[in-house]
Amino acid sequence: MKKRGISLFLCTAMVTALLAGCSSGNQNTQATAAAAAGNAASTAAAGNDGVYAMISKAAGNPYNERQAMGFQEVCEKLGVKYVIKHPESASAEAQITMVNELVAQGVNSMAVAGNDYDALQPALSAAERAGIKVCSFDSSVNPDSRMVFVNQAGNNEIGETLMDAILDISGGEGQWAILSATSQATNQNAWIEAMKKAMEDPKYARLELVEIAYGDDEYQKSVDQTQALLQNYPELKVICAPTTVGIMAAAKVLQDEGSACKLTGLGLPSEMADYIGTDKSCPYMYLWNPIDVGRLTAYVSVALVDGSITGAVGETFTAGDMGNYEIVAASDGGTEVIVGPPFKFDSANIDEWKSVY
Amino acid sequence: MAGKSGRSIAITKPRSWKQTLFTWESILVIIFILVNIMNACISPKYLSVPGLFNATSSFLEKAFIVLPMACILIMGDIDISVGSTVALSAVFMAMSYNAGVPMGVAILICLLTGTVCGFINGMILARFTELPPMIVTLATQIIYRGIAEICLGDQASGGLTKVAWFSNLYWGSLGPVPYMFIVFVILAVLMGLLIHKTTFGRYLYAIGNNRVTAQYSGIAVQRIRCIVFTMTGTFCAITAIFLAARMGSTRSNIAVGYEMEAISMVVLGGISTAGGKGRFPGAIIAIFIIGFLRYGLGLINVSSQVMLVIIGGLLVLAVMLPKLNFKELLKNKKYI
Repeated sequence: MKKRGISLFLCTAMVTALLAGCSSGNQNTQATAAAAAGNAASTAAAGNDGVYAMISKAAGNPYNERQAMGFQEVCEKLGVKYVIKHPESASAEAQITMVNELVAQGVNSMAVAGNDYDALQPALSAAERAGIKVCSFDSSVNPDSRMVFVNQAGNNEIGETLMDAILDISGGEGQWAILSATSQATNQNAWIEAMKKAMEDPKYARLELVEIAYGDDEYQKSVDQTQALLQNYPELKVICAPTTVGIMAAAKVLQDEGSACKLTGLGLPSEMADYIGTDKSCPYMYLWNPIDVGRLTAYVSVALVDGSITGAVGETFTAGDMGNYEIVAASDGGTEVIVGPPFKFDSANIDEWKSVY
Repeated sequence: MAGKSGRSIAITKPRSWKQTLFTWESILVIIFILVNIMNACISPKYLSVPGLFNATSSFLEKAFIVLPMACILIMGDIDISVGSTVALSAVFMAMSYNAGVPMGVAILICLLTGTVCGFINGMILARFTELPPMIVTLATQIIYRGIAEICLGDQASGGLTKVAWFSNLYWGSLGPVPYMFIVFVILAVLMGLLIHKTTFGRYLYAIGNNRVTAQYSGIAVQRIRCIVFTMTGTFCAITAIFLAARMGSTRSNIAVGYEMEAISMVVLGGISTAGGKGRFPGAIIAIFIIGFLRYGLGLINVSSQVMLVIIGGLLVLAVMLPKLNFKELLKNKKYI
């Protein structure tokens, strides 16, 4: 009896220590964060006691983490407090929980990379009712639940840029194919639509789109789909893969087989560095800079909170050294800010960018 | 510990395990109080009525699965298909609503879907008693999720926010008390009575302690298992309704991992996965411990990975503690 009592006492003590340990640890980190912010504020001499929050799609997503870096960088530069939250899984439920936590903390603004277009609406509307300024970045939420969307690049711009690349690489004529992610991915379909729209221009008349293949953003499936394309269309000149997983898989296949077919699309420089060059499988490709997306998101959040913008079409604001931006109408009926045109990566600049992201 | 029938079916000595459990639940209460003290220190807004209800709303919809899961674990079974059942019920509800069915009927369809899913689990397990429940429900977990994915693909089925009363199921409240909380309390009390105050509940413990003996004592073991698994499906559908009300739309990948969260809450509550041991109130306290702990850690922006480690650590302690016996440890050095 006595022994059991002692063991229970010890166990309780362990649990208490665990809880105490984690709570005090957290308070420490919070304190240091606050102290750091305080220092920054004093050096910047432009104190602002708002708290600016960002919710990414999921923990461990390198692309999202670059966006968070940009957000953090600007907040530190402006000397404001910030909170960056990464959900443990890429689900709307996890994001809703985080939205509720941020509302309870009383933050001033919230930027969300939505895991679902509609599912965050009730939670984000509740946040707006609590006086929090809500914007979205990377992947939008519906217009009713956001004030403005920070879009990495306009769909039409991406479509036209990619079509021009295909025209250039193919030499002006011939068969080409698209290797996409899943058949339901909103952004992929929007870009493919934009490419089809751009193709109506007579200068692309001698290009023939033979197939749209879906690699489901899985490496192996994308490899299989690329091999199938090469087999079915021996005359294929260009594959365009507007997805980072697809382009990497296709680049590997084309390079290994020494195919005459070339590749372009949207890819991460760090993953594509070995395949980019005039004598390699991918002459050049595009992407936007995720760090800039994060930076602009921070400037938009600050501007929403200080009231210089409200998310209406035609408003302009200055995003620090990134220059001036204007809010435009988005295709889904809401409004958006477009970060900039897609950035071109070729053999000249890839070495410089491959270590960045 | 005897129920109304006046008999005790537990094979262990009633006095000793009663005592252990009593202390186990008090440990849970102490942990619960500690978590709340921690949260109150973190956020000044926490110790207010809306603050506390806001905290409960952030996890309560999953807690509905914990109620029947406690019964399943008491029987010594396990059901890991619950997350997929939630997804499938929610998907069918949203799809039928978007196909023009009135919301009330769509909710019935949701409940029916969940019940049928649970019944299929129960039927397979009761008919083919040699099959391990872990494998059967793993298979149905994949099948139910697969059907949901076939139906919706990558897309969401939304527009549920248009029905104001449906959104209110989650977001609405009676005074400061959310409707969901009221429903949860009613169901939890009913479930507690079922487990501890009825013959049916005694049967659950009997089955969990020794299935063969229970069978020979004239308990319709397989029928009871089938009933409990079916009931689990219905509760999954209830979770699906509140989850859909919360999000206003559904997709096939919702409620991933709910099975493990539910099982961890039950286990933390002191109910043994080996069956036959533990009391229902422990599971209820455990729901609130894990829920409030997550909420509190979220308030101070602990990263979600760290949060998982903390909750995992708590769980290891929970399963370790009742086994800890210093007398044995000292006697048999080989354990050390």
